[in-house]
Amino acid sequence: MTSVLYDAPGPVTRRRERIGSVVGAVVVLALAFLALRYAAGRGVFQADHWDVLHNPPKGQSAADVWRSILVRGLGATLRAAAVAAPLALVLGLVLALWRTTRLRWLRVPAVAVVEVFRGLPVLLMMLVGTLALGMDPFGGVVFGLVVYNMAIFAEILRAGLAALPKGQAEAASAIGLSRWQSLRHVLLPQAVRMMLPSLVAQLVVLLKDSSLGFIVSYPELLKAIQNNGQYFGNRYFVALFVVGAGTYLAVNLSLSAFARWLSRRTGARAGAVGDPAGLALVASRPSRRRATRARP
Amino acid sequence: MDLIVDNASTYLDGFAVTARLTAYSAVAALAVGLVMAALRIAPLRSLRVVAAAYVEVLRNTPLTLVFFFMVLVAPQFGILPPLGFWTAVACLALYTSAFVAEAVRSGINGVGVGQAEAARSIGLTFGQVLREVVLPQAVRSTVPPLINVLIALTKNTSVAAGFAVVELVGTGRRLSTANAGDPWVLVGVAVCYLVITIPMGLLATSLERRVAFAR
Repeated sequence: MTSVLYDAPGPVTRRRERIGSVVGAVVVLALAFLALRYAAGRGVFQADHWDVLHNPPKGQSAADVWRSILVRGLGATLRAAAVAAPLALVLGLVLALWRTTRLRWLRVPAVAVVEVFRGLPVLLMMLVGTLALGMDPFGGVVFGLVVYNMAIFAEILRAGLAALPKGQAEAASAIGLSRWQSLRHVLLPQAVRMMLPSLVAQLVVLLKDSSLGFIVSYPELLKAIQNNGQYFGNRYFVALFVVGAGTYLAVNLSLSAFARWLSRRTGARAGAVGDPAGLALVASRPSRRRATRARP
Repeated sequence: MDLIVDNASTYLDGFAVTARLTAYSAVAALAVGLVMAALRIAPLRSLRVVAAAYVEVLRNTPLTLVFFFMVLVAPQFGILPPLGFWTAVACLALYTSAFVAEAVRSGINGVGVGQAEAARSIGLTFGQVLREVVLPQAVRSTVPPLINVLIALTKNTSVAAGFAVVELVGTGRRLSTANAGDPWVLVGVAVCYLVITIPMGLLATSLERRVAFAR
């Protein structure tokens, strides 16, 4: 497991570790039990806190509740992500290619765009969309997601291109391919394949960031949860939250697992899955290590 | 343009709140994250599992959801976090600690196994191995990612704007609404963020280049 720090344990150490592990587990379980008992004491587990999921009050049907959460709420979340992701990918690709231009001064705008937009909060860009550019909430959410993620995608692709062995470009031009041809047929396919795990991991970030739509009043998953809670009564917030958080975790963890699987398949280092976190600010140094290591 | 100059003090107030949010959450996140990283590399399996679950769940949860929990769900448990600054610090610290833990853990695990083996084979004790060999190398490969985590934290403080904290983005939203969506208002906010994020990004890059060493 963590062989860097420890020798392979002998029988005595193994026993000691097992005992410690059991003690740790008991402590953790005891804490969890106390927390659950406290929650139960507040009535959180009583049926009337959960019936919104199967037999909601106010004459609504359970199907309506689930439809409002999973179809309309999650649907809106996925719609924003589905519109933003391809746009961001295309623009990111354009920016990444732009940065490969040989003339230094021609590169400047692309560099500036990438550096500026990945240094800004997504929420700010969404507000720029809705308040300054007069878009509707959906437009604002998509705008914010696209502008931020295109910068990140551009960085990822650039890192991928930079990490290719120099011989690839040299060989391509040696057989007479033009710059564009060598990019299209030789360099990009390799770079994209190498960076595929990071690209998929960035999709997790994008999906997570779509929840910022909650703040700019885009009716996505969290908003649907909140609306249901406010309509049926505050006591249902726990049940509804469990559904909302569970949905996010299910979608994001499967995307993360997909990214990890991809990175294993493409032979990149394990744990190379980028950043399911949205904390991404890739440093701008081209290196293989940077290219494959998990970003913060 | 004049708008920014006229409202300079409002911007400064927002900037100060963002800076304080970042600073407090960073300290707390570093502390919690270090503990979690230690648990994740501890030889005790059960603690490893707990820490791994903590990190994985938080890393795959939107920050907005963490805020949502604190503000709307926690009261159902009888916990009434006062809406505002300190609740935001708690949410940001909780969320960021997962990324700190991950950065530290991958830094330590990134040290070659041979390094520690060599150190042990010349008779260094566990403490010496850690102090003299593993940690000096781990710190080098941990600091640049940690700076990137802090940059992300700086940007993430903006989520607090949606939960009644008037930091930079909250300030920008107010000024923007008051000035009929004048685009310069938000440009001003953007500049304030870039003042923090771009230098930190450059620092991370240069540090990474400086401490790069062959393995």
